[in-house]
Amino acid sequence: MIEVKNVHFTYPRGEPGVEALKGVSLNIRNGEFVAIMGQNGAGKTTLVKQFNGLLKPTKGEVLVDSVSTRDISIAQLARKVGFVFQNPDHQLFSETVEEEIAFGLRNFGFKENTLKRRVTWALNLLDLAEYRKTSPFMLSGGERKRVALASVLAWNPKVVILDEPTIGQDHRQKEILRQFIVQLNAQGKTVVIVTHDVEFVAECGPRVVLMAQGQIVADGDARKILTDPGVALRASIVPPQVTQIFLGLTDLGLPTDVIDVEEAKKVLLEHLEGDKR
Amino acid sequence: MSVFEGFRFRHVSSPIHRRDPRVKFLYVLVMFIAAVMFNELPVLLVLFFLQVPFVLVAGVQRQWLRSLRGAMFLVTFLFVFNLFFGYISPGTVPGGVSPLEYAFSMSLRFLVLVESFSVFFLTTSPDHLSLALEQSRVPYEFTFAFTTAVRFVPVLAEEAQTIMDAQKARGLELEKGNFMKRVRNYIPILIPLIVSAIRRSLELAEAMESRGWGAAKKRTNLYVLKIREADLMLIIISAILLATAVYVRYFVTIPSITMILSK
Repeated sequence: MIEVKNVHFTYPRGEPGVEALKGVSLNIRNGEFVAIMGQNGAGKTTLVKQFNGLLKPTKGEVLVDSVSTRDISIAQLARKVGFVFQNPDHQLFSETVEEEIAFGLRNFGFKENTLKRRVTWALNLLDLAEYRKTSPFMLSGGERKRVALASVLAWNPKVVILDEPTIGQDHRQKEILRQFIVQLNAQGKTVVIVTHDVEFVAECGPRVVLMAQGQIVADGDARKILTDPGVALRASIVPPQVTQIFLGLTDLGLPTDVIDVEEAKKVLLEHLEGDKR
Repeated sequence: MSVFEGFRFRHVSSPIHRRDPRVKFLYVLVMFIAAVMFNELPVLLVLFFLQVPFVLVAGVQRQWLRSLRGAMFLVTFLFVFNLFFGYISPGTVPGGVSPLEYAFSMSLRFLVLVESFSVFFLTTSPDHLSLALEQSRVPYEFTFAFTTAVRFVPVLAEEAQTIMDAQKARGLELEKGNFMKRVRNYIPILIPLIVSAIRRSLELAEAMESRGWGAAKKRTNLYVLKIREADLMLIIISAILLATAVYVRYFVTIPSITMILSK
């Protein structure tokens, strides 16, 4: 689906000599769920902006469905690769939520009746039906974020990229978002999230691509990557709190690759029962 | 965003950068007055090239050229507009000047204004600017509002870029369609930009207020501006420029290029 081949990237107006990406290679298959993680300035957003052609590699190549991003317009790519920006306020401009969601569909030339159907579908999908005629500026932060997401999902892109989806969301919203993303992925959509929210990733359990200083330092299953203190240290992320506890209790003969609270409960109970016997 | 780029200050030092901002502003003001006084092409050409040495001494030629390039859209607009009305109502064009020459001089006048302000902003740090305003007894509220506006230009430019990216990711094609469509294409960029600027200003006001803004009636400054010898030089240059402009305006008949060519 998305093939990144030894991509280097330097911002044209940035400080000279500072490469945001230094030879990144990555393959994202159809239907995969990938979390791109790393500290601020690691190159996460720069990397995903290559996926829909907003940025083109200075060296190397990015292929989407076997077509180089250099040979195709951003609009054509956007039809396949939906990108939800971090701050919904950077894209909301319409008078009603309905119009906001229709914007992308209009740009892609959807016919009026298909367009109406798709808008209704997207509104229901994100539980926004009651706000159909409301101004997006009157909504709360979490709702605005959902409108932004709906406005991208409306045209049903094959791949959805979410840049920092959990920032500014309360616990409940995060949980709804998590279930929604997992469900989307289960229905076959390729999902890429960019985040440094370790707990959120631990609960989702996707493939984790860890970046530091413009390079990929680790790539693999969330459980493997997030519970490896060495890897975490290199990319300046902290393992999930549950994992930290288990990393500190190795003397008791407990496993260290626990990232989920439910799982932790089970492991601990088993251990305690064993002690009793 | 190349127009903004042409006004963004960078920290370098040159004889022009070190001048007292008040004196530099005086010079810009003189250039401004001179440009408005004349609509004759030969004089405007002289005014235009008069700034080149300043730009070279300050070493900002690259950014300066960029600001001129950024102004090209408006310049072209002015040119076409003046040419059009020059032909359909010749009364607007002074005698002995062809509408073409008049359109040229109107566009050049605009360029002279842009370049003088560009030189000023390229060589004056926002901090110096606010100092200059404050020490010219402008109330601090105004000074602050002004410098904040200047300081936020690059922030806004960056934000505009992000918004453009966000809308392109939703299939917006800015370069598509005829002229009116292209103008309308910018609505999805401008609305989020304005809304977030207003939001930001409200937040800024609250943050300032919670840090005790305006608590002290009388403010003092760490740096105090002083007029040096070189500043005096610039004042004299400005005065000579103004005097020459007034003299030429009232006592010299300026030949138009049209007349020179028709001889």
